[in-house]
Amino acid sequence: MTAFADQPLEDQIAQWRTYLRRRQAVHGPDVEELEGHLRDQLAALSEAGLAGDEAFLVAVKRMGSLDALSREFAREHSERLWKQLVIAPDAADEPANSGRAEILIVLSLAFAAALAVKVPALFGHRLPDDEPPPFYFRNATLFVFPLLTIYFMWKRGWNAKSGLWLALPFAAGAAFANVFPFPKGSNTEVLTVLHLPIALWMAVGFAYVRGRWFDDGGRMNFVRFSGELAIYYVLIALGGGVLTGFTIMMFNAIGMNAEWFVWGWLIPCGAAGAVIIGSWLVEAKQSVIENMAPVLTRLFTPLFTVLLLVFLATMAWTGSPINVKREVLIGFDLLLVLVVGLVLYAASARDPQAPPDFFDGLQLLLVVSALVVDGVALAAIAARISEFGFTPNRVAALAENLILLVNLAWTAWLYARFVRNRGSFAALERWQIAYLPVYSVWAALVVVIFPPVFGYR
Amino acid sequence: MDLGKDLVAASATPLVLAILAEGDTYGYAIIKRVAELSGGHLQWTDGMLYPVLHRLERLGYVAAKWSASENGRRRKYYRITKDGRAQLAAQRQQWKAVDGTLRGIWMQACTV
Repeated sequence: MTAFADQPLEDQIAQWRTYLRRRQAVHGPDVEELEGHLRDQLAALSEAGLAGDEAFLVAVKRMGSLDALSREFAREHSERLWKQLVIAPDAADEPANSGRAEILIVLSLAFAAALAVKVPALFGHRLPDDEPPPFYFRNATLFVFPLLTIYFMWKRGWNAKSGLWLALPFAAGAAFANVFPFPKGSNTEVLTVLHLPIALWMAVGFAYVRGRWFDDGGRMNFVRFSGELAIYYVLIALGGGVLTGFTIMMFNAIGMNAEWFVWGWLIPCGAAGAVIIGSWLVEAKQSVIENMAPVLTRLFTPLFTVLLLVFLATMAWTGSPINVKREVLIGFDLLLVLVVGLVLYAASARDPQAPPDFFDGLQLLLVVSALVVDGVALAAIAARISEFGFTPNRVAALAENLILLVNLAWTAWLYARFVRNRGSFAALERWQIAYLPVYSVWAALVVVIFPPVFGYR
Repeated sequence: MDLGKDLVAASATPLVLAILAEGDTYGYAIIKRVAELSGGHLQWTDGMLYPVLHRLERLGYVAAKWSASENGRRRKYYRITKDGRAQLAAQRQQWKAVDGTLRGIWMQACTV
């Protein structure tokens, strides 16, 4: 690359660079690379005897139109467009539906989800004013996820016929949630409540990626979507809490009790409808709150690393063993879930081509220290496992701990390779997204097999 | 003679990998080498090479490094990896098969 003595030519290059920079899909280093190419080309053309502006015209023409170019970059680097409201226009990949029709569909689906919660009441499953019966917890996801799936099928332009097989997991979920004769206070029932959503979320994911589960980028986009939806949902829930508080307070002020409405209608229907509305917001207005999940990841990765290191140091210093109680195993499960989440969302926001930096070292430290802490906890639990006996809760918690441990161990290995410039970050990303189905398959196993194996207790 | 769009796209990966197998190089030099090898028949839009290179990098077939060029600016150099060489060998087999098949039928057409 050469700088040109010809000032007008330098101005033209600067202008071209500005145009290129405006393209969301083309990042800084890419601009530099393309500009280098343009300058090499210009130098060669000038040498061949072309005047400055002639050479510029030819070189730019050979480079190709900026629209076509940024579309190619967008296809290769789809993560860069995640912040964009409008994906680069391309007939083949354009969302099949958009605009006003979408708002109508979303509102009617949200309304349908809200009503679906009330349908069982027609068949004698009343929602009392206080604690809802287990029936509602077991089926919570079944009121909403099928409608969410329909939304994505509509949005991605699936015809109903090819998507019909997606009804299968939901039908199976409904069957397994309701055929087992759970007694009151059953542990396996609680496990079903907790695991059914994880199993069925993958069916939603299939609709989200338009059935192309193995296409590049699709699964990672679904991970991004899931994280953002969780954040939107919490925000909507906060707003809903305020609305609920005011409803009760204001009707109390005029001497009326609104609790039956709040518990029977507002909260259950609102909770169902909010999933659809939240998904639509994530889909349509990704830029309103700029990708919160990665920001939170950046914020909490250092804090959790410090926590884990201080914990390990304290344990080594004082020599106090882990006091194995009932909740310890579940607590450490949650710790691993959190670390996997931090890794996953850091990966989702990262440019896979960027070289390793300080933050990657920190992530590796986080993963390794989580592995050590979990190893210590598992050793303590294993020592007393015979004393505990095998209850459904403990088997589920132990197996989940192992699933996450395997993920993190391999993650640590890939991260270490990457930080030492031996491997690519893409390998780590591939491992994470390839592992996603494991969670759902295990959750499905817990729902299907655990209740009969443990006698529904 | 201009090659069809699909054919250009399909041949891009083996061509880029084969050029990188000759030695580490950078984008502009690859374009020049393609023009040279094809006698000008294979006209790439220059910019389109870079998404291809980035895809190969993501797949792990090539590795990239920024280093200084002879005129002081930074330049991104590409190097073929072990995976890339394996991929190149596989693609070579595939192209040979296509080439052999077409040759067979066209030879027949000539003799009839």
